[in-house]
Amino acid sequence: MNIQAETTPERGGNPEAFSAAVPADRLQAVAAGRDVPAEVHPEVREVTPVLEIDRFNLWYGGKQALHGITMPIPHNKVTALIGPSGCGKSTLLRSVNRLNDLVQSVRITGDMRLNGDSIYDPRMDVIELRKRMGMVFQKPNPFPMSIYENVVYALRIDGENNRAVLDEVCELSLRGAALWDEVKDRLHESAIGLSGGQQQRLCIARAIAAEPEVLLLDEPCSALDPIATGKVEELIQELRGRYSVLIVTHNMQQASRTSDYTAFMYLGRLIEYGSTSGIFTKPILRETEAYVTGRFG
Amino acid sequence: MTHHIERQIEHLKERILRVGTLVEEAISKSITALINRDTNLAQRVMANDGEIDRMEVEVEEECLKILALYQPVAADLRFVVSVLKINNDLERMGDLARNIAKRVAQLTAGEPCELPPEIRTMAMQAQDMVKECLDAVVKGDPLLARQVREEDDAVDEARQKIRRRVIQEIKANPENVESLLRVNSVSKHIERIADMATNIAEDVIYMVQGDIVRHRSSD
Repeated sequence: MNIQAETTPERGGNPEAFSAAVPADRLQAVAAGRDVPAEVHPEVREVTPVLEIDRFNLWYGGKQALHGITMPIPHNKVTALIGPSGCGKSTLLRSVNRLNDLVQSVRITGDMRLNGDSIYDPRMDVIELRKRMGMVFQKPNPFPMSIYENVVYALRIDGENNRAVLDEVCELSLRGAALWDEVKDRLHESAIGLSGGQQQRLCIARAIAAEPEVLLLDEPCSALDPIATGKVEELIQELRGRYSVLIVTHNMQQASRTSDYTAFMYLGRLIEYGSTSGIFTKPILRETEAYVTGRFG
Repeated sequence: MTHHIERQIEHLKERILRVGTLVEEAISKSITALINRDTNLAQRVMANDGEIDRMEVEVEEECLKILALYQPVAADLRFVVSVLKINNDLERMGDLARNIAKRVAQLTAGEPCELPPEIRTMAMQAQDMVKECLDAVVKGDPLLARQVREEDDAVDEARQKIRRRVIQEIKANPENVESLLRVNSVSKHIERIADMATNIAEDVIYMVQGDIVRHRSSD
């Protein structure tokens, strides 16, 4: 796939970085609407992508929200999207399963490919497409039914009624979501009675029950307390290696704790994309440095 | 929160520089004491080492506090980690200055023995390196740090020269063996000080550029 050209980077970590200098040039260029090529670390170019985002642009009416995003999302890894509010990270995530189709004024160009299949191909069946992905939102949204029925919901609507199959998927998914031990004795009670953190892990269990090719998490911990957040973060770490996860987070420590790769976005553009350890110890751009050290945003 | 960590980092920088200044002073005084056979000055160097040790502990606690409370990343993280290591090296330099000072008293008490002229040059070179590596810390200057790395070779050579000279002298004047061994160990201490300055220079390169250059020949 076509990754945007390299640029001459301005090295991060110069002495001024310690004296709170917020870099303005590149960010100003972005704000002025100029094209600024993304800085993509070499290790990202070598990944096997589950999802390829290819020169993706998106407009809400006349306002462009995403500008030429090109990035591979690696297979069986956790990729975090970070950036200040309004940078387009949620829009990008929601574009992956075409949730933005529901917004009337949206127009897009470019494409995304899920395991090689064009997501924005006019012939693509959106319902079938969404079955291939799991999505978890900020606020836990368990269905008003039992824990068991929540988890096996996807199988039920696909017509699966074999009790043994459903039982097995239910247990495996709840175990996968690190929730089994807490709920195994009350599987047939209402999911609404669970705590917020449990509800969110239930939503993740429901998502992985359908064996998604990619799991989309949109700030999955922002409505949770620190303990529940810790559990969900632990869960995300356990999913790594088994699922391809794309997570949007406001919390930089969450990105650094849970992800393998991190992409920094600003005003609808991809600014820098690399391994999480690279982004958090040795970012190439001063702008990324300033953002991850909390000096702006 | 943002401003807090910046303030903490500034504060830490001031502290490590204070340790650096004390250590630089201790080294320079120990060398002066050595050259002038000034036992009083040597005594003062030994007495002041406790202050360096105390400040080293404080700086380390400060670093641990920042790591625990602010979880710094990127340049901030590299700064704090480098300070932890620089701090450790500075403290050891302080100990080496104290060791040199200790030898001054012994040399003055023992048989009269000429210092080889190379000691003076070597000590100057090592002191320059200490000064430069501290400047590199202050300015976050990787070029200066690289220069310090290169200067270490001259000090190592001087040290070998002194060692050979001491061996010859011992053969010629075996009765002076104790003093000569002291001279030899002084040169060893000075060489170690230059090595520590090199370590600090390498930490500065990591701090600023994020590259770990240790165990690589200087280019």
